[in-house]
Amino acid sequence: MSQAPLSKAEQNPEVSSLMAQKYQHGFVTDIESEVAAKGLSEETVRYISAKKNEPEWLLEWRLKSLEIFLSMEMPDWAQLNIPEIDYQDIHYFAAPKERPKSLDEVDPELLKTYEKLGIPLHERAALAGVAVDAVFDSVSVVTTFREELAKHGVIFCSFSEAVHDYPELIKKYLGTIVPRADNYFTALNSAVFSDGSFVYIPKGVRCPMELSTYFRINEANTGQFERTLIIADEGSYVSYLEGCTAPQRDENQLHAAVVELITHDDAEIKYSTVQNWYPGDEEGKGGIYNFVTKRGKCQGKRSKISWTQVETGSAITWKYPSCVLLGDESIGEFYSIALTNHFQQADTGTKMVHIGKNTKSHIISKGVSAGKSQSTYRGLVSVGPKAEGARNFSQCDSLLIGDLCGAHTFPYIEVSRQDAQVEHEATTSKVSEDQMFYCQQRGLSAEEAVALIVTGFCREVLNELPMEFAVEANKLLSVSLEGTVG
Amino acid sequence: MLEIKDLHVSVAGGTEIIKGLNLSIPAGEVHAIMGPNGSGKSTLSYVLAGHEGYEVTQGSITYMGQDLLAMDASERAQSGVFLAFQYPVEIPGVQNGYFLRSIVNAQRVSQGEPELNPVEFMKKVKEVLKLVKLEPNMLKRSVNEGFSGGEKKRNEVLQMALLAPKLCVLDETDSGLDIDALRIVGHGVDALKGPERSFLVITHYQRLLDHVVPDKVHVLQGGRIIHSGDKNLALELEERGYEWLIEGQS
Ligand SMILES: Nc1ncnc2c1ncn2[C@@H]1O[C@H](COP(=O)(O)OP(=O)(O)OP(=O)(O)O)[C@@H](O)[C@H]1O
Ligand SMILES: [Mg+2]
Repeated sequence: MSQAPLSKAEQNPEVSSLMAQKYQHGFVTDIESEVAAKGLSEETVRYISAKKNEPEWLLEWRLKSLEIFLSMEMPDWAQLNIPEIDYQDIHYFAAPKERPKSLDEVDPELLKTYEKLGIPLHERAALAGVAVDAVFDSVSVVTTFREELAKHGVIFCSFSEAVHDYPELIKKYLGTIVPRADNYFTALNSAVFSDGSFVYIPKGVRCPMELSTYFRINEANTGQFERTLIIADEGSYVSYLEGCTAPQRDENQLHAAVVELITHDDAEIKYSTVQNWYPGDEEGKGGIYNFVTKRGKCQGKRSKISWTQVETGSAITWKYPSCVLLGDESIGEFYSIALTNHFQQADTGTKMVHIGKNTKSHIISKGVSAGKSQSTYRGLVSVGPKAEGARNFSQCDSLLIGDLCGAHTFPYIEVSRQDAQVEHEATTSKVSEDQMFYCQQRGLSAEEAVALIVTGFCREVLNELPMEFAVEANKLLSVSLEGTVG
Repeated sequence: MLEIKDLHVSVAGGTEIIKGLNLSIPAGEVHAIMGPNGSGKSTLSYVLAGHEGYEVTQGSITYMGQDLLAMDASERAQSGVFLAFQYPVEIPGVQNGYFLRSIVNAQRVSQGEPELNPVEFMKKVKEVLKLVKLEPNMLKRSVNEGFSGGEKKRNEVLQMALLAPKLCVLDETDSGLDIDALRIVGHGVDALKGPERSFLVITHYQRLLDHVVPDKVHVLQGGRIIHSGDKNLALELEERGYEWLIEGQS
């Protein structure tokens, strides 16, 4: 089927139903509407694995992960106040809930926010989780998208599909960048991960478009224990966008994702995230607990991994996207905006581990705290004994809005070489009254003024985002700041 | 247009700076305020613009028949009060062009007009750039950041021209300008004069008033207007200073 103009597809019921069919058969794995019993046990893990029809080796891998998890303790070193989590009171496998059949059934508040964010009409339905066969135009987008990728030999599919279609790649890389025993939440994820994304970019290929989980939004319900693996083979390049600016409602309170990236010689991965999970209400009730482990291994010489994140959602964020700079002359980058409001807590930062010669890392972190929220930057720069000529520059800036919030910075530096150059700069400031008055004198409201000043403060990081994402992120910052002043 | 009666202003919770000031500016007129350093000129301009750091303890300000003191800073701006700052504020990371478009659009929205998209805005702003002789690359830089003193002042006049306010308060917009820039700014301000627009020009020197000829000149001293006259007063002050007036006061 060819690329009919979107609006026509919408108007023509015949085309629509054709597309819907194609969608059903082509892309959506049929999930039976069953739910595993609550609780975490060997039985649960076997159930999940069986549901996904997984090979024996993966089941074994999961079971070993469970054993590791059960022997570990919840980490408590972060600057976070985490309510006790009852791991036996969680469903570890649940088929998607009944979805709204049309936009009319969607929470109007949610739709209002989409509008504020400037999300095109035809995308709002998909984001709100309206049953996919009702969202015609996104189908055609996905189709053309897949065809284009296939032409270049790029693999972009769900993790479950990859387990069946590319077992040798999964077997070779799974857990090699983030070992399952890395921490409490990686062990948990490794035991019960539901689904996620898999990307492989072949040698010498520059991925012709930004890859986005957005295009797989119909599978969004798999988000609770997500697992992503991206492999960039020699000399390849990919820009990957995770999440989207639209607020994501989710019944599941606990999220523990794992992301593994690996770059071979001269390859580059640019990984951008916008995280806008439900942050809880103004009194701090509800909201997602987001415990994520993201790590990239610059395995190859002159390879590069760049993390850019805009974190505005979740009640609790615990996240340290890291780079292991193994290959000589490899480069790691971390650009981060963490915005907290109301009672949100974020403890986020990065680890740059310099192992190879002449490796470089660059860290820019912008923390914005408002309301009664707490925001912490926690970063480690380590330079190993063989990392001749390693260089790092870190800049951590915090901006406070009001008197009731807090910002903290914990830079850890471990250097085992004399010649390493490690620089760290940190600032903490308040939104200046002069700036506020200047903007308001020009007719901006207090809210508009704060948003403007904050986006200015975050400029260096926003500039790292792909164009389209940057525009959305700008708006997202404004929306997240609503109610912080006046 | 503007009617200030028996105005008393203190630094929020502190000393009194303006002590019983009366001033009336009819529509279409240009009034200049001169006075020694620290006499309260900038304070008056802040109070007109709605700065919350100053407290009006007594008196009233009526603007176009409305109680100005009942409005907050952005409402005043949207109803046509503009202050060209003595010290324009830097906003790092915010592109000047984006800022200008935001303020123009905020005003348009408040007046029920549609927002300008970037292309429409560029057309509009290019005209005005010519008026103050600023290069278009000034739009790409962060608001006032790293601008020279003269560029900052011209950027203020640029904003004034874009917003077309009704009451323009200029706080030493002429200080720090070289001779050419002074002429550009003077010419720019003069071009904005009109029967529906009033100016309150705060200055230390006569030179700006050559370009923007005032209908009245007032001398502010110790938080009060101690003397008023026509444009010739500015010339006289330039020659004789303030001593003779202050002595006459006490
Ligand atoms: N926020 C403030 N806190 C304390 N004192 C203030 C404050 N604002 C103004 N003042 C004082 O009030 C007086 C008047 O200040 P203002 O800036 O209005 O003077 P000005 O006439 O504009 O002077 P200049 O010609 O130097 O610009 C000065 O003594 C100043 O120190
Ligand atoms: Mg002054």
